[in-house]
Amino acid sequence: MSDLKFSKDHEWLRVEGDSATVGISDYAQEQLGDVVYVELPEIGKQITAGAQAAVVESVKAASEVYAPVSGAVTDVNIALEDDPALVNSDATGEGWFFKLKLDDVAELDKLMDEAVYGEFTASLE
Amino acid sequence: MLVFVAGVEMGGENREKVVKSTSLYDCHVAAGAKMVPFAGYAMPLNYPAGIISEHLHTRANASLFDVSHMGQISIWGDGAAHALESLVTGDIIGLKTWRSRYTQFTDDNGGIKDDLIVTNADGRLMLVVNADRKHADLDHLEITFRDSLDIVMHDDKALIALQGPHAASALARHAPAVAELGFMSAATMAIAGIDVTVLRSGYTGEDGFEISVYAESAQHIWNILAADPGIEPAGLGARDSLRLEAGLCLYGHDINETTSPVEAGLAWSISKRRRAEGGFPGAERILSEIADGPKRRRVGVLPEGRAPAREGVEIINIDGETVGKITSGGFGPSVGGPVAMGYVDAKSAEIGTKVGLLVRGKTIAAQIVKLPFVKHSYHSG
Repeated sequence: MSDLKFSKDHEWLRVEGDSATVGISDYAQEQLGDVVYVELPEIGKQITAGAQAAVVESVKAASEVYAPVSGAVTDVNIALEDDPALVNSDATGEGWFFKLKLDDVAELDKLMDEAVYGEFTASLE
Repeated sequence: MLVFVAGVEMGGENREKVVKSTSLYDCHVAAGAKMVPFAGYAMPLNYPAGIISEHLHTRANASLFDVSHMGQISIWGDGAAHALESLVTGDIIGLKTWRSRYTQFTDDNGGIKDDLIVTNADGRLMLVVNADRKHADLDHLEITFRDSLDIVMHDDKALIALQGPHAASALARHAPAVAELGFMSAATMAIAGIDVTVLRSGYTGEDGFEISVYAESAQHIWNILAADPGIEPAGLGARDSLRLEAGLCLYGHDINETTSPVEAGLAWSISKRRRAEGGFPGAERILSEIADGPKRRRVGVLPEGRAPAREGVEIINIDGETVGKITSGGFGPSVGGPVAMGYVDAKSAEIGTKVGLLVRGKTIAAQIVKLPFVKHSYHSG
């Protein structure tokens, strides 16, 4: 079982201490298809849980990526600027979007673990 | 994150409750297609290869597209060509037997009701019209000609497009006669003993064919062609990115009742005789726009950087004034970056004009460019 947590909006988080790396799930990248552009937040930006943090564009559509928890952006994955297809090839690894310093680690309790998220996406089919 | 069903944004009025399927539905599902509602039909958006791969395969080799949702209409009777000219801008009377022509149905204001391909099928006129418009087009024809012509919509026929540089050699293995077929020409022939009508045309900018076949034989034709190792199926997603790079209009987006053929850059399809004689709906506006130039023009728009500029994005000039709007835009796989088209005021339409695109509150630098983005590779025989 992985250490990832998931939101209903198909973001994943990998938590280390009081910071978290955020991306979109493998299920989400598959639904979107070929990713051609990712708009990342500015480093230092304070984002509230549920607010728009990034935009991911596939060939056919633009979709918003929400912050699953509140925090300040400490890093963004600039590799996505030149190679947005990393989101397709390695959604939960090299295809990460941004890192947050968490305001409140208790917010993590509202997220799903991988098994629960797997059941959730299966229910969407 | 919002997970899209991309078909929704492709058609606008396509979220009909009753979703029909084409005769090729089982082939799409068997090939693992992602099916989406489009113009009232369950259609393949893409196959497991994905839109970019399907697009690039079409430009390099050949792809099969199910376009059976489009309307196939026959009209015949005394003076059919004459009669049709009262509704469209193109030269139909001068259309030779088994030749085809692109034209538009216009309205009294000179707006475009639909765009279509007309073929002189030796005694009948065969029309291929847009899926979203086919019932309106049929009504339009029936109301106008109900007492004088026979009009039939061929809901019992499928339409299969085979597009790409290897389309001709692949199809010739089953129907040698296609090698002799010129661009925008049609013929009846047999593929594996099945009667089909083949038109050398398409919507990708590549050489290719549209094959009309009775629905009960469509799967057989599809499977024969799909078995060719060089041919892969391609969905609506690739069809859209291919036609966008080829600078071809999508009805309901780049052309509609508010755009005239001249504004849309389609005046080439209005022949000398028709310009001289008029006699089509909206002729007054259309002919005066040909003479004096339209107020706005459809242009290619090339954004800098990687962010796509999609339909509805505002176009501004260097002074920050709004000069137009994007009507189709996205990622061009063969271009390797974003491509778009839209309408701008005539004075901003010159090739090379620097413009800005308002995307999510930011201004993206862009340039007005010549269409198409990818050179057409039509058959020149």
